[in-house]
Amino acid sequence: MQKIEAVIQPSKLDAVKDALVEIGIEGMTILEARGHGRQKGHTEFYRGREYTVDLLPKIKLEMVIPDELVDKAVEAIQSSARTGKIGDGKIFISKIDDAIRIRNDERGPSAL
Amino acid sequence: MRRYIFSLLLGLTFCCPVLVAQTPAAASTSDRLTKLEAQVAQAQSSADNAWMLTSAALVLMMTGPGLALFYGGLVRKKNVLATMMQSFAMMAIISVLWALLNYSLAFGSGTSFVGGLHNVFLRGVGLTPDPDYSATIPLQTFMIYQLMFAIITPALVTGAFAERMKFSAMALFLTLWAIVVYSPMAHMVWGKGGLLNAALGGRFPTLDFAGGTVVHITSGVSALVCALYLGKRVGYPKEAMPPHSVVLSFIGACLLWVGWFGFNAGSALGSSPLATSAFVNTHFGAAAAALSWALAEWIRNGKPSALGAISGAVAGLVAITPAAGFVQPMSAIVIGLVAGVFCYFMVIKVKAWFGYDDSLDAFGVHGAGGTIGAILTGIFASSAINPIFKDPKTGATLPSGAIEGNWHQIGNQLVGIAIAWVISIVGTLILLKIVDVTIGLRVPTDDEVEGLDLTQHGEEGYDFAS
Repeated sequence: MQKIEAVIQPSKLDAVKDALVEIGIEGMTILEARGHGRQKGHTEFYRGREYTVDLLPKIKLEMVIPDELVDKAVEAIQSSARTGKIGDGKIFISKIDDAIRIRNDERGPSAL
Repeated sequence: MRRYIFSLLLGLTFCCPVLVAQTPAAASTSDRLTKLEAQVAQAQSSADNAWMLTSAALVLMMTGPGLALFYGGLVRKKNVLATMMQSFAMMAIISVLWALLNYSLAFGSGTSFVGGLHNVFLRGVGLTPDPDYSATIPLQTFMIYQLMFAIITPALVTGAFAERMKFSAMALFLTLWAIVVYSPMAHMVWGKGGLLNAALGGRFPTLDFAGGTVVHITSGVSALVCALYLGKRVGYPKEAMPPHSVVLSFIGACLLWVGWFGFNAGSALGSSPLATSAFVNTHFGAAAAALSWALAEWIRNGKPSALGAISGAVAGLVAITPAAGFVQPMSAIVIGLVAGVFCYFMVIKVKAWFGYDDSLDAFGVHGAGGTIGAILTGIFASSAINPIFKDPKTGATLPSGAIEGNWHQIGNQLVGIAIAWVISIVGTLILLKIVDVTIGLRVPTDDEVEGLDLTQHGEEGYDFAS
């Protein structure tokens, strides 16, 4: 079991979700996040004072999936989230020790 | 014998009505005319009173929720409730104080500087008119209308010390301020015997239709003093403190614009053509100033901001306040255009030059706007709109402002402006000092960082997760 964390542009959320559903991944957690990599922020003006906003809105998806699906999931996310511009986001993959279904104590890959 | 007396009494009972009844005399023409005149006066009173009560409601709406929203949206989320609470506290405190004391100090007979105690506890303030103020509306209507002005004026001051003043200190300071600064200033400009009262023969008649000096200069200048005395917010100016909701400020500003019709047109104290003039001027002043501020911003920053446009409208409303019932509509547009640019400059440049933290620009908009508006009133006042100055011997109408040749009026305006500035600075400094040494003014630094909603009121403004 591996965890995929993907930070993407908020406008790409629907496209990414659709692409993941198409390859059989339906369970995921979606968080509203703020952040930036190399993307520059923007300036806002209030009553003549300049404010540099460099914490930009992002969407973060987290999903724990069986090992067999990881490559397909990464490909799905990349193709649907990419615009080619700085700020597209990143994907991180990590190993998961265990997964437990709260409802009935199921453990391991069948709990995913 | 008894039967004889009984018949006699019975007979008299029947006769009496016949003996007493007369043919009704035709009501005379003069009687009918007198009655008619009384009815016409009654109708005029009803019209005036209806408008005045409506105006009073509109002005209260300017404070709550108008100003509460306008200011509330400009502060950081952690202070939104505390900021709104400051305006609301004025609605509660000043109202009671007005009935107990301040109405008398402002509008009772006294000296040229302040009223006396004749009307404390609203003694003598009943439902019959007082011709010195208005011959057609109950004195209580006048009293309640003026109360709404007394409420919003200290509420405006709160903009200067937003996000760092203790609630208890604010309540005490503004209560004292209302007594020491507002009431005397109101008395001087509007009260009987007032030094600056143009309508009632003051020594230095200052043309201030709805409170450019009484409300805006006093609140704005006092705000500046507060901002300087209390010092800057923790982290200012390095830390970014943008408004948490320009949406709230937008709603508040629009409520202010609409409410201002009560503030200015209601100052005609009746539903007269003068009220129409004031209403029309108010509107054009607001619109013109919104345009000029937005345009100035567009030129300087490349984009016109919503906050800039609404701030411009408020600046125009402030500037037209002293002029509303004295100028022609085209003059109102000029006043608005000037005020928009002038206040923009005050807020953008002057504040940065001096570096004071007038958090919500109470001085930049109200102090500066009120001052420029009062000066422009002296220039543009027209006796065709409001024949306020009359020759004492002949009763002929005299010129009002500079455009009619009365350049002397600008001098009178400056006297009124100067008195407003001085009483605000001196009064505010003394009261701040008193409150500072007794209970302290600022919240502790940790509380300021955590936010006033939680630390002063034990609440959170928004809890969307719940």
